[in-house]
Amino acid sequence: MIRRFRLPLTGSGGNVELSGGEILVQFLKDEGVEFVFGYPGGAVLHIYDALYGQDEIKHILVRHEQAATHAADGYARATGKTGVVLVTSGPGATNAVTGIATAYMDSIPMVVITGQVPLPVIGSDAFQEVDSVGITRPCVKHNFLVKDVRDLAETLKKAFYVASTGRPGPVVVDIPKDITDPKVRIPYTYPKTVAMRSYNPVVKGHPVQIKRAIDLLLGARRPMIYSGGGVVLSGAAEELTALTRRLGAPITNTLMGLGAYPGTDSQFLGMLGMHGTYEANMAMHECDVLLAVGARFDDRVTGKLEQFCPTAKIIHIDIDPASISKTVKVDVPIVGDVKTVLQDMLKILEKEDARLDEVALKKWWEQIEQWRATDCLAYDRDSELIKPQFVIEKLYEVTRGDLYLTSDVGQHQMFAAQFFKFDQPRRWINSGGLGTMGFGLPAAMGVQLAYPDQKVACVTGEASIQMCIQELSTAMQYHLPIKIVNLNNRYMGMVRQWQEFFYEKRYSMSYMDALPDFVKLAEAYGHVGMRIEKPADVEGALREAFELKDRLVFLDFITDQTENVYPMIEAGKGHHEMHLSNRELA
Amino acid sequence: MRHIISILMENESGALSRVAGLFSARGYNIESLTVAPTEDPSLSRMTIVTTGSEEIIEQITKQLNKLIDVVKLIDLSEGEHIERELMMIKLKAVGPDRDEIKRLADIFRGRIIDVTASTYTVELTGPGDKLNAFIKAVDGGSIMEVVRTGVSGIARGERSLGL
Repeated sequence: MIRRFRLPLTGSGGNVELSGGEILVQFLKDEGVEFVFGYPGGAVLHIYDALYGQDEIKHILVRHEQAATHAADGYARATGKTGVVLVTSGPGATNAVTGIATAYMDSIPMVVITGQVPLPVIGSDAFQEVDSVGITRPCVKHNFLVKDVRDLAETLKKAFYVASTGRPGPVVVDIPKDITDPKVRIPYTYPKTVAMRSYNPVVKGHPVQIKRAIDLLLGARRPMIYSGGGVVLSGAAEELTALTRRLGAPITNTLMGLGAYPGTDSQFLGMLGMHGTYEANMAMHECDVLLAVGARFDDRVTGKLEQFCPTAKIIHIDIDPASISKTVKVDVPIVGDVKTVLQDMLKILEKEDARLDEVALKKWWEQIEQWRATDCLAYDRDSELIKPQFVIEKLYEVTRGDLYLTSDVGQHQMFAAQFFKFDQPRRWINSGGLGTMGFGLPAAMGVQLAYPDQKVACVTGEASIQMCIQELSTAMQYHLPIKIVNLNNRYMGMVRQWQEFFYEKRYSMSYMDALPDFVKLAEAYGHVGMRIEKPADVEGALREAFELKDRLVFLDFITDQTENVYPMIEAGKGHHEMHLSNRELA
Repeated sequence: MRHIISILMENESGALSRVAGLFSARGYNIESLTVAPTEDPSLSRMTIVTTGSEEIIEQITKQLNKLIDVVKLIDLSEGEHIERELMMIKLKAVGPDRDEIKRLADIFRGRIIDVTASTYTVELTGPGDKLNAFIKAVDGGSIMEVVRTGVSGIARGERSLGL
């Protein structure tokens, strides 16, 4: 435990005397923070005053606090660094909650600093007072209320440490206004290290469990690898790729794990789950040994639990012990950092020069190739209407895959996950767990700020984009040349699809009437807008957009209203019960 | 199955609500919860009585361990342990009942800690079922008030929950 020693409020002995607001800003500099995404307000005015006139920390002024959290989230997902948010008390904090919950569900490192009313009035229903610690408690990894300016630096250090280590996640630091009072000055030194007796994430996997896992894998006749966002978070794409190639086994990625294994590689079977490929889901159903890496057996992945991998022994590597055997009982659990564990596994395989049974593996691949021949992602390429899949395919072609692609939530998200091939991790940025509409555009801002010279696009729909459309203004202010690929089918596509399938086509409230003219809207914000109505114009429009290197371009693709996402496993069904198209059961 | 989970946690404001919030958010049962600081004022000791299948209890302990404020925990029910609960019970005591209640309190090794002309307040400690038995033994009509602390537990022998 850190024994905190109390410094006198007006003493000397430290290096410099700073106010709470200045401590916060200096701490962020010392911590190496590049960007703070935020929005000012009464409770954080002292902090904003401390930010004034310095340019080491770049403050990005969003138009809504939700966007601040998504932008910090996008930045974190693309870079692996901790995203930082600064918002005021009350509505500032509550607006940030959606973004905090989004980051929590996908384990994204983020520190959210919320202003609070002054300590003496906490609990008195003061103006813009809300119990931020209470409201965010269920959707943060941890949160703090700072009650003494002498605790501020240490608390911030703990927040960054907790957010970025173990299974990452958002941490809220609630700072009452009087803590940042410019008149109260205390000595400040940057706390270089932190130790918490109650928080010690396990990194190294247990050698006995690792050996058991390898023995099980080597005995497999129909092996399968299923990997998730944990591989991306751990920076273990290289190790995962090496292990997969060494074993010669097929691999599938979850929505969060795309890019952790090259999407163009022949061992890659595509995404699995509700809208996964036929070959990935069938291989899951038929495999005899499943290696789950940094994945959490989400219900959109597993389908009906009783029918999940019915013939498989399961190995599960995860840094979070609570993820293991939460929904699916596993045979060999390994708690540890995915990268470290995979490295250990590779070392043993190299040393023993062990291989899988070649004959069995060949037979297994023959079976998989038969499933693959189904061409489950086929769609009508001769359509006179723009098919959303076609737009994604062209986006891939035009960019040659060299793109950071963020997404909103719905059909367009699934089409992007299915049709864009991600060869590298951290390139596919979307809200998987919480499924937050409105995520895509602000997330793309965070990515573009991190990588100003890279191509960044946001695939979205006319419903999702309107949930954070005001950020077109932020993108203008900071000259972020994002390409918005709007798959506009005038419906909340995924809602419409479910209503078609399960509610006898009663399209209750899923039609988007009175849509704005997105071209004019983009122009009103000072950007470039394009409307594309014919398949023949898709490629040209995309090329033109990407040639406008310093402009945000809003591409409004008017797509087929009735297109559905296939394959589809209905909620509560097994992996082998897929609809491939037009509701035909595979 | 009934389990007694004993937790050593940082004595920070909000720590209790993190635990209580976890139980409600994940739909776990909570039968009783007691908490107080230990000999080290920076640490609190909490005892939670909960019920659930083995899988649920495993998840509960894992999720509790994930809370940043939780330093250590054990499931006391996995080994030999002692559990105690304190009850204060206020009873109407007039006429022949006065002697009867006194006798009953003696049998249960309870103590009468407050007396008026018409009432007795009895203090009783023991495992939960002993307290239940006492409540059953007294005439239901005479009970005015029951205050129970919830269960505190400790492992038998050398096993202990410390830093």
